[in-house]
This record gives sequence, C-alpha cells and structure tokens, in this order.
Amino acid sequence: MSNTPDRWPLWEVFVQETNGAAHEHAGSVHAPDAQMALQNARDTYARRKACSLWVVPAEAITASTPEDSPMFFEPIAEKVYRHPQFYKTPRSVRL
Amino acid sequence: MELNAAQRQSCFEYLLRHADDRLVLGHRLSEWCGHAPILEESLALANIALDLIGQATHLYGLAAELEGSGRTEDDLAFLRRPEEFRNLQLVEQPNGDFAMTLVRQFLFDAYDVLFLEQLQRSVHPELGGIAGKALKEAQYHLRHSQQWLLRLGDGTEESHRRTQEALDELWRFSHELCVPDELDIEMQALGIGVDLGSLAEAWQESVLPVLCAATLMVPDDPYQVVGSRSGFHTEHLGYLLAEMQSLPRSFPGAQW
Repeated sequence: MSNTPDRWPLWEVFVQETNGAAHEHAGSVHAPDAQMALQNARDTYARRKACSLWVVPAEAITASTPEDSPMFFEPIAEKVYRHPQFYKTPRSVRL
Repeated sequence: MELNAAQRQSCFEYLLRHADDRLVLGHRLSEWCGHAPILEESLALANIALDLIGQATHLYGLAAELEGSGRTEDDLAFLRRPEEFRNLQLVEQPNGDFAMTLVRQFLFDAYDVLFLEQLQRSVHPELGGIAGKALKEAQYHLRHSQQWLLRLGDGTEESHRRTQEALDELWRFSHELCVPDELDIEMQALGIGVDLGSLAEAWQESVLPVLCAATLMVPDDPYQVVGSRSGFHTEHLGYLLAEMQSLPRSFPGAQW
C-alpha cells in the first residue's frame, strides 16, 4: 500500500499549443514518476492541439500566499505609469 | 491498382482480419472506460481504444469498397457472426485485471508497430496511407504499455505476481502473431501485404529485453494457439460481439 494512486505525487502540466507560443498551465495529473506523468499529461491535456508538454512536480512550485497579497499586489494598482499607454508610438511606426 | 476478382477477394479478407484485430481490441479497451485504476489511465485506455476503432473503420471502409457488394463498414463490423471474424485470439481475451490488459496490449503493440512499419510501404496507396497514420498511434501505444509493464513487473510483490500470471496466461497467444498463412504469402507477393515471417525476430528483440528489464520470466509453455486467421476463437469472442452488436442487430439501420 506504499504506492497507491491516492498517494502518487501531483504534477502540474504545461501545454504549448504552437511553436513559439508560451507553455500554459493546463491542469494537473497524478503519476508515480516523471515519465508516467508525461504520458498521463499527454492523454489528459494534449488530446486536441499541442506541440510540446512540460510536467513539473507540484511540490517544486513555490506559490505566493493570500497573506502575501497586500504587499505583493495591491501597490500595483497605483502605479499607472507602469502601463504602456504613456508611450507615444513614433509616427514612422505603423501598427 | 488493378486486381482480378480472386485477388480482390483475397485483399478483402486480408483487410478484414486486420480490421477485426483493431475493432475487437478497441472494444475490449473501451470496457475499461470509467473503471480504470485511476482517472488518467481511464482516459489513456479510452484514447487507445478510439485510435484502434478509428483504424478499424478505415480498414473496413476500404474492404467494403473492394468487395463492392453494397455492404458498408458498419455491416462488416456489426453484422458478421463470431466464426466470420478473423482477429487474433490474443485480442479477444478478457480484460482480467489491469496487468492482464497491459500484457495483452504490450504483446500486441510490439507486433503492431513492426507490422505497420512494413504495411505503410504497401503498393496499395490507400492501405499504405492508413498504415502510415496508424503507425504513429501504435508507437505511442507501445510506449504506454511498455512503460506500464516495466513498472508493474518491477513494482511491488503483488504487481509482479499479477503481471507474471498475466504473461503466463497470454504467452500462448503470441506465437501466431508473426506466423504467415497462405493469404499472407499471397498478399506479400502482390506487394500489398507484409512479410509476416520476417517480423518474428524483430518482435522477440522488441519484447524480450522489456520482459527482462521488468524482471518477468518468459513462460515455458509448450502449447501455442493457432488458427485465429481461419476463424478459430476462444469462447470469449461470442460474448464480446453479442454485446457490441446488440444495438445494430436490435435496431437495423438505426441512425443517431
């Protein structure tokens, strides 16, 4: 009973849909090891469109906590100058 | 390509036997849907089932076209009796436990990759095309079953015992995978089919190292099943077909 499915580690799955696009988080799978995680990810999240897959042990991810939020993210709202709308597009650049 | 009437009939039968393999194995795997040990594996087995049933559909379609009697691919799949099926007895064996399913799959996948590698070079362009497309699917099927076999065989005491038991049970069905009969030889001579006998050694080379790495013993079973391609079957096929064909037989021509 040392390796039952409910004790298998969790892996986060990142799917790249087309060459050059970013790998986007698609979800997670359970698997006993990395190779099986990759197969499970393929069968679960790459059934329609994909060209590359990453699996990452969920425990390797360090996430911000709700307690971090006030200092991490709230000051952002007041710093409008960080947005690009203040940049004037040069006349010679056509968008 | 131009075939005379007798050759068309031979080609029709050749397509049927390989379509039957895929339909029956695909149906077997579909029985796991919602019952597999984990959700991810339920999806994996359903994916493989759909690949195989898709391949069967193409092969039946081509066979129906060759026969030219108005029978459709559905008629060939759903309105033939067990003794008319020409699938390998290996693929009709019941799912048993997960080890049994995976051993059955591994023995077939190892053959299927080699078979399709040759079949994609068939002089029959449509058949070659179907094989080329199916090969990529089969390569993944083999990777899937091989990875599982390594982990089940070389896993816990229980998984090893169950996998060895499955291998002991199914090994006798593996001999005929690469033994050609008259139809195989005829199709090979026409350049349509595969040189089945030439796959035997490659199959061993593909299977034995994996069994060894999985700490499994190759069974020493003097009994080897033959005759699948002439319509001999185990008792299991009848039940499988009865379930699979019940709807089209109860409601002929049903559409949905």
